[in-house]
Amino acid sequence: MTTAISVKNLSKKYRIGEAQTKFHYGMLRDVLVDTVTAPVRWAKSLAGRSSTQLETAKHYIWALDDVSFDLDEGKVLGIVGRNGAGKSTLLKVLSRVTEPTEGTVTVRGRVGSLLEVGTGFHPELTGRENLYMNGAILGMKRAEIDSKFDEIVEFSEVGQFIDTPVKRYSSGMYLRLAFAVAAHLEPEILVVDEVLAVGDAEFQKKCLGKMGDVAQQGRTVLFVSHNMSAILRLTQEAIVLKKGQLIKRAPSPEAVDFYLASGQAETGERLWQPDEIPASAAPFKPVAIRIKDKTGKIMDTVRSTEPTTVEWEYQLDAPVTGLRVGVYLNTMRGEYVFTSFDTDDAKQYEQFGARQPGRYISRCEIPADFFNEGRYYLGVNASSFGVRRYFMDENAISFNVDIAGAPGTQWPEIRQGPIRPRLNWRIEKLD
Amino acid sequence: MTEIVKHEPTTIYIKPSTGIAALNLRDLWVYRELVIFMIWRDIKVRYKQTLLGATWAVIQPVLTMVAFYFIFNKIGRVPVDADIPYPIFSYAALLPWGLFVTALNQASRSLTANHNMITKIYFPRLILPLASVLAGLVDFAIASVILVGLMMYYRYVPAWEILWTLPLFLFLAIITALGVALWLSAINVKYRDVNYVLPFLTQFWMFITPVAYSSAKAVSEQWQLLYSLNPMAGVVNGFRWALLGVGDGPNTALWISVGISILVLVSGLFYFRGMEKTFADTI
Repeated sequence: MTTAISVKNLSKKYRIGEAQTKFHYGMLRDVLVDTVTAPVRWAKSLAGRSSTQLETAKHYIWALDDVSFDLDEGKVLGIVGRNGAGKSTLLKVLSRVTEPTEGTVTVRGRVGSLLEVGTGFHPELTGRENLYMNGAILGMKRAEIDSKFDEIVEFSEVGQFIDTPVKRYSSGMYLRLAFAVAAHLEPEILVVDEVLAVGDAEFQKKCLGKMGDVAQQGRTVLFVSHNMSAILRLTQEAIVLKKGQLIKRAPSPEAVDFYLASGQAETGERLWQPDEIPASAAPFKPVAIRIKDKTGKIMDTVRSTEPTTVEWEYQLDAPVTGLRVGVYLNTMRGEYVFTSFDTDDAKQYEQFGARQPGRYISRCEIPADFFNEGRYYLGVNASSFGVRRYFMDENAISFNVDIAGAPGTQWPEIRQGPIRPRLNWRIEKLD
Repeated sequence: MTEIVKHEPTTIYIKPSTGIAALNLRDLWVYRELVIFMIWRDIKVRYKQTLLGATWAVIQPVLTMVAFYFIFNKIGRVPVDADIPYPIFSYAALLPWGLFVTALNQASRSLTANHNMITKIYFPRLILPLASVLAGLVDFAIASVILVGLMMYYRYVPAWEILWTLPLFLFLAIITALGVALWLSAINVKYRDVNYVLPFLTQFWMFITPVAYSSAKAVSEQWQLLYSLNPMAGVVNGFRWALLGVGDGPNTALWISVGISILVLVSGLFYFRGMEKTFADTI
């Protein structure tokens, strides 16, 4: 087996904006000194040298921290981790977009990435022109594009609009054309980052199919996703990144379990800062909303096979009558799934319709086998019906749903619809 | 299924660069098709959704020439070289000057305008300012038609025997523009101040370039060498010499201009390459 990618002690340091340090300057004198010395610092950094006082560790974060792994040719490797864990940085270093701070990578072959769908597309150019342009940007030769032109157009399903400027395209058409070009690039190593989240279900299926083909042709694939079932379906092996470090490499089922169980879920909670609450909300004051799994852990990815708890914590500064506090659930495409309030139940309303000042939590449980795969948004609403709406935020928090083990997951396909109930099917034989 | 041609893949080593960046111009050659495509794209979209389209390439220099004619020739009586009609005199200079200014304007924004490419894919970043500068040649060619018309109108016969040197001066204009553009575009990635400085820079630069006046007449002898430190002075005088046969032709002043141009270009290349690795992070 030849090694396709060899990553050794790879680290990437990012500087946190200088603006942050500027806010510490309280005194006019400091501001003046800062302003006066600015040209000097400017000249220094222009020369590629930053002044030593900024070299202190607190101004940097390590997006990748001593990551090492080898990947054999023809293997499909999944990369999982929370947002900010370093997944995208890793892909950027591998595709030479950004330079590592330390360490080396040896890559055997051309790296093509589906990071770059639609990169270089110009709204004024037609589909055909953009197709050639984009192909060239991705490193395809003109002759190569010529020979694949028909195939790409067919895959993209925008045939009749191919000579229309892409600014007239719907966003779906735009993405399909963009993806079609990227998908027909034939790199030795393919890097895929979350693109599967775009487009309609039918198209997603095609993309997954294309990725499968690529893997079958013996090319190496790196697949980044938040979608654990896609990872399980498409990869044999996965690595887990956490705060820039590689904390696990294992066969995919094991890596996914490890990731889901390790509770890397500082999100899954939204805290409202005082400046985010309009004055008109008083006396209602939202404090936090949390998504919790069945063990009570705050999670940004929940399993559809387990119940999920949503809790909204808030404060009342004065007595409120007729109050109802609730949530809307939306899919990523903005379809409403349901709306529900804590006093929907008549008895509950009698008891809690009028609430005294104090701190409250309204909590509900969304049953197991409810969600379909993907990302959902939760909106919040606190109002007194027909009287006043105190507070509303249509997009308070979002979370992922992992459908591993959900009904029908033995078939690798996208299921239509925002919910995925486990229905009690009975099959009768009649003759 | 089309047959996949199996060839030994090239191995790429990725590691932090240290010391003075290698220019690695070979990379540019590998990506030559992209250079062509980028030039083509820049030309294609430049006048999209404008009423007058590519006519703008003509309107700008012609109107400037008309304004110069009235302000500097009729009112100001700025010294020009003898027996050359002022419109031809100024237009011959406005051609390379327009090329230079367009190149600076387009190229200095080329990196920031294409930030989505820079943050997502690898390609030699040099392609972006290079293509912007070269795309300006189309405007230049269109605007040149007017000069031919003007010369016919004034029955002015060009200096045929030295006209062949014109492409050399055009080349000098391009390397000057590219050199300055490399500096400006790379600085612009981090400091958008460039966008605000640029209008001043080009305006000021035009005053010290013999576009509206004749450097031989307006600049006294002892300042001539200092004056020629401006590479665009060499370009503009060269254009007038090659087209109209005025001035001295290649002299010390010209070679100084050439030297400065090359210095700006080479330093620009090194600065650009040095900064290139941080583009994706800072843009």
